[in-house]
Amino acid sequence: MAETILGMRDLVVRRSEQTVLQVGSLDIEQGEVLAVIGPNGAGKSTLLLVLGRLLNPQVGQVYFRGKPIEQEDELTYRRRIALVLQEPLLMHQSVFDNVAAGLKFRGLPRGEVKRRTEEWLKRLDIIHLRNRPAHRLSGGEAQRASLARAFVIQPEVLLLDEPFSALDAPTRTRLLQDLHALLAETSITTVFITHDLDEALLLGDRVAVLLGGVLRQVGRPQDVFTAPSDGEVAAFVGVETVIAGKVAASQNGQIIVEADGLHLEAVGDAPTGTSVLFCLRPEDITLSHADGSIVSSARNHLNGRIMLMTPSGPLVRVVVDCGLPVVALITRGSANEMKLMEGQPVTATFKATAVHLIPR
Amino acid sequence: MTTDIFEITLLSLKVSLFATGISLFIGLPLGTWLALSQLRGRRFILSLINTGMALPPVVVGLFVAMTLWRSGPLGGLHLIYTPIAIIIAQTIIAAPVVTGLTASALQQLDPRLRLQLLGLGASPIQMVTSLWREARLPLLAALMAGFGSVISEVGASMMVGGNIRHQTRVLTTAIVLETGKGEFQNAIALSILLLILAYLVNLGLTLIQQRGVR
Repeated sequence: MAETILGMRDLVVRRSEQTVLQVGSLDIEQGEVLAVIGPNGAGKSTLLLVLGRLLNPQVGQVYFRGKPIEQEDELTYRRRIALVLQEPLLMHQSVFDNVAAGLKFRGLPRGEVKRRTEEWLKRLDIIHLRNRPAHRLSGGEAQRASLARAFVIQPEVLLLDEPFSALDAPTRTRLLQDLHALLAETSITTVFITHDLDEALLLGDRVAVLLGGVLRQVGRPQDVFTAPSDGEVAAFVGVETVIAGKVAASQNGQIIVEADGLHLEAVGDAPTGTSVLFCLRPEDITLSHADGSIVSSARNHLNGRIMLMTPSGPLVRVVVDCGLPVVALITRGSANEMKLMEGQPVTATFKATAVHLIPR
Repeated sequence: MTTDIFEITLLSLKVSLFATGISLFIGLPLGTWLALSQLRGRRFILSLINTGMALPPVVVGLFVAMTLWRSGPLGGLHLIYTPIAIIIAQTIIAAPVVTGLTASALQQLDPRLRLQLLGLGASPIQMVTSLWREARLPLLAALMAGFGSVISEVGASMMVGGNIRHQTRVLTTAIVLETGKGEFQNAIALSILLLILAYLVNLGLTLIQQRGVR
């Protein structure tokens, strides 16, 4: 098992009497990328500032390699980390001088500063901009400079606060791929903050969910995304169909949930009579014409009518009224071939194993 | 007269540069501290400093004269009617200007820039010098405003310097004297000299300020 670099215990941060961050226990291991996700105002940036020792929690303790961080001089600690913010915040200097700033703060010899700065200008593909004044860079170039400025320090922990959220989509995609590669090559321990689930899925070895300032769940992306710990996490990570029901029967790991007169099958071990949230990811739902008789191993077939179709990129989000709204995500190709339209009767099919039950 | 003019001009320049220099020494750290600290009384102090930017030179002259007067609290230092007295008065006039404009120059920077610099491993002093470099345009403007406020003032120099020939006569007090005597030609010549002097100093500062600006 890898060494724990940063640990947090019972953290509470208050701002004018209001609790803005509450973390019971969170460990970040050597070399891992922890993606912290949550909506705006969830306390994500506050968490990052605490880890950077730029904000002191009112309660609780942060540990660095097992030792409370206050045991170390503040500047020494801060020089172990590097921070990248949403806005690149470059100085009115050349790109080279900006990228070299952290090395100059550390008083490194001029030759080493030049060598390392040039290496990272190259690795982020901005070496041709080295003499350009930083305020004349495009948004993507500026964020590349900001990333180079952090990587060049070779920090023990890299703290990234939504570095791509101000960029246009194509620039963001390219930069995200480059960052993914760099993190894999350098294996720098990274805390990456984002409100974008795709970014978290791509970069995160583990995902932490912050909602309303409280750390709600930490785990591997597939676990968090397919087995959210509660209804709010489920709603945030995109489990769009969340049905409240009661366990009507439970036998040999197979469960029948009754919700609004429908009987739905799932897998689990909740005892009969318990209230549950029945969660489904829209990708796991298949739609077929209501007239055709379906033969498949899927256990759940719900008949209904299409209420709403919303295209989003190559996909179409379809809301089917089956007595309860069920949300499916299908490709545009499928929608066209099946000639789906609003008001049309369809059958929504999903496997019992695709259901995630959250007891309430 | 020619040697007199040379002497007067040199004294004007010396006194005002000295006063501006001391104001910078006081105003830069004080203004920086006021801009960056999260002290409770910060706004109140800033309002006082901003009022100080509008201090009438004659009022400053009155208080400095009373303090340095032979029977005053600092009379024993025998500073009244000396160039040092003028420097003291001019520093009191320029320091609030430099302090107030320094504070506003630094407050205009993005507050997250401080976090970013600290997050890259800057020590507190490195953070402050980086902020100064980032705000160098308005900071040099603060310096020019400080110099401008003292090179052009006449009330305080007259009251605490006394306009004594070969000792405390500066360009502005000399202009007042020549005009009073009806010697308009001399007054005009001295005025032109004053303008040239102010221009040259500000030209120098502007060149420093605009260096590297594209």
